[in-house]
Amino acid sequence: MGLQALFFYLFAFVAVASAFMVISARNPVHSVLFLIVVFFNAAGLFLLTGAEFIAMILLVVYIGAVAVLFLFVVMMLDVDFAELKAGVLQYAPVGMLVGLVVAAELILVVGSSVLSPEAANSITMPIPNPAERSNTAALGDVLYTHYVYYFQIAGLVLLVAMIGAIVLTLRHRQNIKRQDISRQVARTPETAVEVVKVKSGQGL
Amino acid sequence: MDVFFWTYVWPALIMVGQSLLLLVCLLVFIAFILLADRKVWANVQLRRGPNVVGPFGLFQSFADLLKFVLKEPIIPSGADKTVFLLAPLVSVTLALATWAVIPVNDGWAVANINVGVLYIFAISSLEVYGVIMAGWASNSKYPFLGALRSAAQMVSYEVSIGIVIVTVLLCVGSLNLTDIVYAQKTGLGTMLGMPNSFLDWHWFSLFPMFVIFFISGLAETNRPPFDLPEAESELVAGYMVEYSSAPYMMLMLSEYAAIMLICSLTTILFLGGWLPPVDFWLINWVPGIVWFLLKVVMVFFGFAMAKAIVPRYRYDQLMRLGWKVFLPLSLGMLVIVAFVLKLTGWAG
Repeated sequence: MGLQALFFYLFAFVAVASAFMVISARNPVHSVLFLIVVFFNAAGLFLLTGAEFIAMILLVVYIGAVAVLFLFVVMMLDVDFAELKAGVLQYAPVGMLVGLVVAAELILVVGSSVLSPEAANSITMPIPNPAERSNTAALGDVLYTHYVYYFQIAGLVLLVAMIGAIVLTLRHRQNIKRQDISRQVARTPETAVEVVKVKSGQGL
Repeated sequence: MDVFFWTYVWPALIMVGQSLLLLVCLLVFIAFILLADRKVWANVQLRRGPNVVGPFGLFQSFADLLKFVLKEPIIPSGADKTVFLLAPLVSVTLALATWAVIPVNDGWAVANINVGVLYIFAISSLEVYGVIMAGWASNSKYPFLGALRSAAQMVSYEVSIGIVIVTVLLCVGSLNLTDIVYAQKTGLGTMLGMPNSFLDWHWFSLFPMFVIFFISGLAETNRPPFDLPEAESELVAGYMVEYSSAPYMMLMLSEYAAIMLICSLTTILFLGGWLPPVDFWLINWVPGIVWFLLKVVMVFFGFAMAKAIVPRYRYDQLMRLGWKVFLPLSLGMLVIVAFVLKLTGWAG
């Protein structure tokens, strides 16, 4: 137990410290790099609670894909962040409000499980014993067996959003050269090469 | 104190010892693999390759190591110093960290975790950061272009690699790498009435996926013909341009560690890991690690030959191959495999 507590405090401390660095770093690229450290430590915290699948998915999705996108955008943008930071006080109240809402929700969730630990068993899908069912399988049960229709609907909504984004941004330009692999492969010497006899000194 | 020692310190010591042993073996192996790469390339081009240091040039990699370590590291004045030095460290740490879960023989894995495949996938999806950080921190045009190309390429091919892995997992029903190898003890070959042999392994039953995985592996590790990030004829050496001496060696090392990882992942997912190719007493007597290493070297030979004989892709061709060919193919194959498993009841 002592070792777990040690690692918990390690991950938690690094996560909070780098979260602070995310908003205080001068260089935006450094901010994103610190954000990645936060994600990484959050994955470590998930591992400590035994949620190994969520920890790995956090690594794959958030660090492997989302943060790469962030980093791309931040590297490409040429934004004067000193100028942006000048208006930070202006947005402070909104930020505080969001922070308050999140804090209140956290207190509600954590508080209820502290006050009545048996409440977790009364939900419609109780958490199975981790010794019998690995949490990968348990999550699969919930997503793909019990709530498969909702999952499919969510997937469809995302698909529609994706197609919408493509339709809005797709511009098919005419009059430019394109490579058509199947046409290239289908070419034969008969269609591509013409053999002519050239008389010397005359040309074609 | 005694209890503390036996519950925490001793297991930790054992794990450190195992990891050190694995790392030393891996690094020596990589040294010779590097040489093999150059030798194969040279032989295809009718050259001799490195042949001066030691017999047949066998110690060339160690001479290179000495050279890298003794040279002066140069940091460009415009570079972001911290990130510049952090990038090779991140790359090499991540590339070596994945090896913790690779089972090189029955039960020979430093950590035999339940989500082994996901762990490898997660850590190798982080490897792109080493490249981006190196390219950005150099504060120079060529490295930055190389890093952008590399990042886009690695992210694109990770998708099809992920789907191929999911297909294999469907056939196995477990994310544990050791279980994946066990599942290949019986397969399509035994179903057709043959004794246990190499036909049971997944390469036979999932042949299209095997091909897609191999080619995506080439792209994922930035190997030729997909080595656009460091296309030496246009970008000099991509994101590594500004690196010298030990930091450069680390980037190089992490690249080869990643290549070895893809080779051993191919071995585990498709070539039956440490399982012997045919069920025969003399062959069964050979220890599993020999089979594992032989298979890894065989896959790497494929990588080396691809480097030697296939011309480099253009960038748009690379993206087309990833998104328009491999993604639909692997998705379609995934659906087919899922249907077959469900309809025949093989999924269990």
